[in-house]
Amino acid sequence: MMARITRGMVSAYIMMFFAYLFLPLAIMAIPAFNTSSYPRVWPFDGATLDWFVRLAADEAMIYGLRNSLWIGALVVLVSVPVGLAGAVVLQQIDSRVRSLFHLATIAPVLVPGVIIGISTVIFWRELTLSAGTRALYNGVFLTVMGQSSFISAYCMLLFTARLQRFDRAQEEAAFDLGASNTQVFLSILLPFMRPAILSAAVLAFLSSFENYNTTTFAILADRTLTTVLAGQVRQGTTPTVSALAVIIIAATVLCSAVLEWINRRRTRGIKAHT
Amino acid sequence: MISVATGHRLLVAFPFVLGVLIWGWLAFERRVAKLPPRPGFFRRNGWPVGIYLMLAVALWLLGMVVLPQLFMVELSFRPKLPFNQIGGPRDVYTLENYRYFLFGSTTSTESWNAVHLRSFATTIMSALFISGFNLLLCYPIAFYMAQAATGAQLRLLMLMLIAPYWVNEILRAFAFRVIFASSGLLNTMLLGAGFIVEPIDFIGRNIALFSGLIYAYTLLMVFPLYNALDSVEAAQIEAARDLGAPWWHIHLFVIVPAAKSGIASGCTLVFMLATGALAAPLVLGGPSAMWFTPIVYDRFYQVFNWPQGAAYAFVLLVACLIVVVAGLRLLRLNLTDAAR
Repeated sequence: MMARITRGMVSAYIMMFFAYLFLPLAIMAIPAFNTSSYPRVWPFDGATLDWFVRLAADEAMIYGLRNSLWIGALVVLVSVPVGLAGAVVLQQIDSRVRSLFHLATIAPVLVPGVIIGISTVIFWRELTLSAGTRALYNGVFLTVMGQSSFISAYCMLLFTARLQRFDRAQEEAAFDLGASNTQVFLSILLPFMRPAILSAAVLAFLSSFENYNTTTFAILADRTLTTVLAGQVRQGTTPTVSALAVIIIAATVLCSAVLEWINRRRTRGIKAHT
Repeated sequence: MISVATGHRLLVAFPFVLGVLIWGWLAFERRVAKLPPRPGFFRRNGWPVGIYLMLAVALWLLGMVVLPQLFMVELSFRPKLPFNQIGGPRDVYTLENYRYFLFGSTTSTESWNAVHLRSFATTIMSALFISGFNLLLCYPIAFYMAQAATGAQLRLLMLMLIAPYWVNEILRAFAFRVIFASSGLLNTMLLGAGFIVEPIDFIGRNIALFSGLIYAYTLLMVFPLYNALDSVEAAQIEAARDLGAPWWHIHLFVIVPAAKSGIASGCTLVFMLATGALAAPLVLGGPSAMWFTPIVYDRFYQVFNWPQGAAYAFVLLVACLIVVVAGLRLLRLNLTDAAR
């Protein structure tokens, strides 16, 4: 009897918890379909898809979106190789300095994003000032640098977890058969890491795309989707923001499904191995 | 007094010198202990892979982590000057930005900078409260996931937890604005039901801000907590139960001590990110400047005083670290435990 009451309470709590997680998102989506020009849920004046049309015509948003996609792709190209190198070095480094190295690489995850953005801008400003060229001092480049500092750490964590399951015997067998270090890296380690590389790439892109704190400083006078959005939300909002939210939520659901699919395939792959 | 140019050279040299010192110390210790030499880094990886690893890690640690932080600290000790005087004779190291943070003036120390100091203290205290609240909120979920859920349930729960995290911070803050605005959902409902006669100012009273911040960082608490609780042996809990311990006893004296490091890392993460939150305070902050980050933001984009902004950012970072290290000390942990 007691156990049943406890179980009932636990299920109720879990339901309430997820209601708390999802209700705000659902509520935010509703104004996208309401004709009212102020984003509101109630009173519901009438159904419309007009705000989506407005959104598609919003040039600042489209421009920001293009920049965000571009930055996301560059961040993937930087932080996946960097995170992989970090994970490999973490494994090889002298055990007496391992925790220091680990702390230094994880630090950007703990440091507030605002501070990462500020320090990136200051560093590159000073550097380009003393170098006498402004070529690298542009928003897209700085944002990629700033975001990659902590996104590389996310990637490293994924790679480290995967590397722990790596069987050294495979490497040794290849060496015994006369393979070079580079061959072992390219045709044994990389294929083994592939699922982790795929999920790291997805994770890196999404983290970059949704980032605001670092980006708002590092982007300088340029704009990304999140900074355009922040501007619109701050100075009196329109339901186009809700329309965008609907699209982002739909894309999120899609992305989670893809990640889940990758994970499933990976676990099946491991089962086939053992 | 050293000049700014020398300062820059010292800054760039510092990590290299530190690296060489650590490397030398390790080699020395190895020789003293008469350990066999380890295979060299390039012997082990080969030149092409070795160079890739070196360059990638150097770009990351030097170019993205260490040097930017050092340059930010350096700028915070310099005065604000017009563009053509930067690096000139008036560009000397000074404490005026820190003086401004404390006293509201770059020269006099007569009165305190009450607005900024109060907002700074409020931010730290509120962030502590938010981490504590999130810990209580997430503990049951994490416990259920770790100890009671089956494999398939766990997968689904994880996915449902991660999904809302991908909706960006601005939109999450916007959601709370739709709910809490003066003609928002909550006020419309309360007015319609007749509980209130005029709308409640949730935003002005910072209720919206607190809800938004708690919501934004809930997920960052769940996962470290889940990892920690997952490593607690079920047999340990069973044993305590068999010995007749009441349920709250089991949680407080068996599970929490065993999961200490995970709890610490969840709290550290939430505390650090909540103090540094910018989106929620910008979108949900009332007219009173309560959160500290918008003040830092204004140093850069309203006042255009970058050295002062750097000083404010550095003060925030140091305060965060002090709070985190002090908290960990209380739990007898160190920073590497929490960073796991």
